[in-house]
Amino acid sequence: MEMLSKGDTNMLDTAKMAEIIRAIAARMETEKDYLTQLDNEIGDGDHGINMVRGFNAVMDKLPEWENGDIGALLKGTGMQLVSNVGGASGPLYGTAFMKAGNVLKGKSAIEAADFAAALEAAVGGVKLRGKSTEGEKTMLDALCPAHKAFTEAVAAGDELKAALQKAVAAAEAGVEYTKTIAATKGRASYLGERSIGHQDPGATSSLFILQEIEKCL
Amino acid sequence: MEIAKMTAPHAPLAAAGGLEDGELGTSYGKISAAIDEVYSEDGVVVLMDMGSAVMTTEIVIEDKADSKVRMLDCPLVEGAVLAAVESTGGISLEDLTVKIKESYNVRKFPE
Repeated sequence: MEMLSKGDTNMLDTAKMAEIIRAIAARMETEKDYLTQLDNEIGDGDHGINMVRGFNAVMDKLPEWENGDIGALLKGTGMQLVSNVGGASGPLYGTAFMKAGNVLKGKSAIEAADFAAALEAAVGGVKLRGKSTEGEKTMLDALCPAHKAFTEAVAAGDELKAALQKAVAAAEAGVEYTKTIAATKGRASYLGERSIGHQDPGATSSLFILQEIEKCL
Repeated sequence: MEIAKMTAPHAPLAAAGGLEDGELGTSYGKISAAIDEVYSEDGVVVLMDMGSAVMTTEIVIEDKADSKVRMLDCPLVEGAVLAAVESTGGISLEDLTVKIKESYNVRKFPE
């Protein structure tokens, strides 16, 4: 197999994907209190704690997957999240990573088009699992605009990193948008109109994940 | 769970609340083990709270690829007692799915 040249911003191999997962885990640790604080305002106050618990479990297993393909690494990550997070973000992010893993099964290096297909499957998985869609003050308000921006950028000929930069910008706007709407899904929906003005913790953690992917490339 | 056991002492029941360490949350492992614990040819029904409990149970059932495990949407306590009582009376999975809807209308006091 051809080795990736250092600084290649259009390809992503298993080692790079493992680096991304580590970066996400580290970011969750850093943002633990912030995510929990956001969740305290409109949810049950455990998002940061849950994400850290989940990604710590992923870290325990990551070395087992580093020599395999990207699909297996993502699938394993998803299964660890489902099994260990404890809150709604477990089955949701778990499904996202598992669906992405299915699309990338057997691949040890991917480019922008593969990433687009994986992102599509991941976002579709979250929608189905949560029986939710954009505009309900959930992680989908970051993920859907990010997916749209990414797909359009790739169709216009952008390389992976450039397309991800646009996806991150779209997710940032999506997180801001969650402050303006009322929650209709999840625990925050109990608050109804009172959830307006608060930033959604799930959309925020989705943004952090996308930012870490972009930074690592 | 204890109320359900009291009203139907011979019903095969298993609880799967919380995480492995007793913290609040939903555990894939606990749900999966609880289903296996009470599993028989008659099938298993799973009752749950909202959110992660629903979604995690869905994944457990998908992974088991067994049509005899079914999720029922009902008030948790009232539904659990009704399901426990009915399941000792030899009810089928299909009939229980219909019957459990009665627990939607259980009134605790007249309004």
